Amino acid sequence: MTNIIILLLIIPLITGLVLIFFRKHLRLQRWTSLISLIINGIVAVVVIQHVHNQGTQTLNLGGWEPPFGIVIVADMLAMLLVLATIIVAITCLLYAFKTIGEERERFYFYTFFHFMLVGVMGSFLTGDLFNLFVFFEVMLLSSYVLISLGGGKRQLRESIKYVLVNIVSSMFFLVAIGYLYGITGTLNFAHMSMRIAEAGQDGLITTVAIFLMLVFALKAALLMYFWLPGPYGAPPMAISALFAALLTKVGSYAIFRMFSLVFYHQEGMTHQILAWLGIITMILGAIGAVAHWSLRKILAYNVVVAVGFMVAGFAIFTTTSMAGSVFYIVHDMLVKALLFILGGIMIGLTGTDKLREMSGMIRNHAALGWMFFIAALALAGVPPLSGFMGKLLVLHEAIGEGFYVIAAVGLITSLMVLYSVVKIFINGFWGENQLSVEDEKMSTKGALLPCAILTVLVIGMGVGAEFVSPYIMQAAEVMSNPSLYIDAVMQITE
Amino acid sequence: MKANDVILQTVTKVVSFIILSFAAYLFFAGHHDPGGGFIGGLVTASALVLLFLAFDIRTISNGIPINYRLLVGIGLAVSTVTAVGRSYDSRFSHTFEYVDFPLFGEIELATSVLFELGVVLTVVGGTLTIILSISEDV
Repeated sequence: MTNIIILLLIIPLITGLVLIFFRKHLRLQRWTSLISLIINGIVAVVVIQHVHNQGTQTLNLGGWEPPFGIVIVADMLAMLLVLATIIVAITCLLYAFKTIGEERERFYFYTFFHFMLVGVMGSFLTGDLFNLFVFFEVMLLSSYVLISLGGGKRQLRESIKYVLVNIVSSMFFLVAIGYLYGITGTLNFAHMSMRIAEAGQDGLITTVAIFLMLVFALKAALLMYFWLPGPYGAPPMAISALFAALLTKVGSYAIFRMFSLVFYHQEGMTHQILAWLGIITMILGAIGAVAHWSLRKILAYNVVVAVGFMVAGFAIFTTTSMAGSVFYIVHDMLVKALLFILGGIMIGLTGTDKLREMSGMIRNHAALGWMFFIAALALAGVPPLSGFMGKLLVLHEAIGEGFYVIAAVGLITSLMVLYSVVKIFINGFWGENQLSVEDEKMSTKGALLPCAILTVLVIGMGVGAEFVSPYIMQAAEVMSNPSLYIDAVMQITE
Repeated sequence: MKANDVILQTVTKVVSFIILSFAAYLFFAGHHDPGGGFIGGLVTASALVLLFLAFDIRTISNGIPINYRLLVGIGLAVSTVTAVGRSYDSRFSHTFEYVDFPLFGEIELATSVLFELGVVLTVVGGTLTIILSISEDV
């Protein structure tokens, strides 16, 4: 049974490499990609049910016992993110069918799409620090290709920035792994956590923890988000949506994992820093979102705000606040993909991303307009929708635990985020219709399907919070109680 | 004026075979001695690059008609299949067996060699894809 976990990584890997051989057969590539993702989604649901009933599942690769071999760990946090990844991937794929263009499809677009998913899901599932680094690189190398694929002038310029920043942060990551291995003598998360718990987290380990925090903050655009708005605006929107929904979340996940499982002994130090990083990120991201009049820029800065909120929620470090963060990260993956795809359709229709040059689109595209409205409300956290529960839990805990700054900033930035997306809605959909159907640069036929799927999920996750919350609580349970994870990995039985 | 490459080309014809057999040696030595798939692949690629340098791309491409991009895919497929192939008894692991051959005597056959073969193919394919696509005029 536990072998099924590896299918989550094997299926996209095999799909990606099989598609290398069929690069001219576009129809075959599309169908294979879609079917493999759907199968993978079914596998993920099965594994989630299994984890829900039986607790954390582990798989020792090669049959080696945990500290010696690499272990794949499917706990609820990882599995929820994997499922959200697959859903986002399916919708971005459906959108890419319509918009990505034959030129890119011929040059291994789907191969790199699947390889990136291997990297993302591998990062979620691995239980080994160096393996995490390798999966990060799998994800990043594919994302370098996806960002520059097509070779437009702007894409090339932005990809140089993106590659430079990520190579530097990967090198820091490697150095941090070196330090940590020198101190603890192990790379396995669970074993490392045990070693640190035995010896105590002294100043040196805390220093390395902050160094790792810097690395993941660069990847997750936490405070160090200077690289993000440019590259996320350069590639086609199908790729931008995938990036916005997945890449920064992998960095946030790594922060969640490392600071709940391994470095949880010096809360006053590390988690305080995380909280402030989150607060400053929220403020600066929200300022960026409010300031810009370009659709791509506004959406990119909203990615930054969400990362700040998730990390600040995590840094409060109670079970409920972490549940709120987990709820928010899953919601944010879905809603960011939705917003970017809708934004992509708007840009596709008008041929510009400047808000001042678009208006009145609701006359011809009512469905698009109302879906954007729902997405905007969900992003800000209006009650029946999915963004509400996460924010509520985090703000409740923030006030209960005395983190008043987080609560205040969280509420104010929610308002600013709402203003920034409603600005898009008002400018894009209200007013005089400047664009007749004949002038439009693309047809929305088929492109609305992925939006509809995501909208239903965003509403469903909000309305059905009662149904989702047992899973979220289980994820938070493992995060707040590291011994559950360690016992499952090291197979310690009473 | 056309340069005369007789010496270079004659030496290359001999040396490339020496390099290739050294690559094969490195590949098979990997289990017990320094060597293995990665370095074996790089040395193989260096032999091919020497051929491309001494002759020209069209001659060698006609002589060795390999699509190196597909070679990357084949290499990845070989490595993946060796991992998945053992999943029937629930371990993603390598295995080995001692087999008596009539002429060579007892030899250890390990599935990790197949995995390394995939690495060789991927490294050769990757290296030559890079070098050949840089050398092409756009």
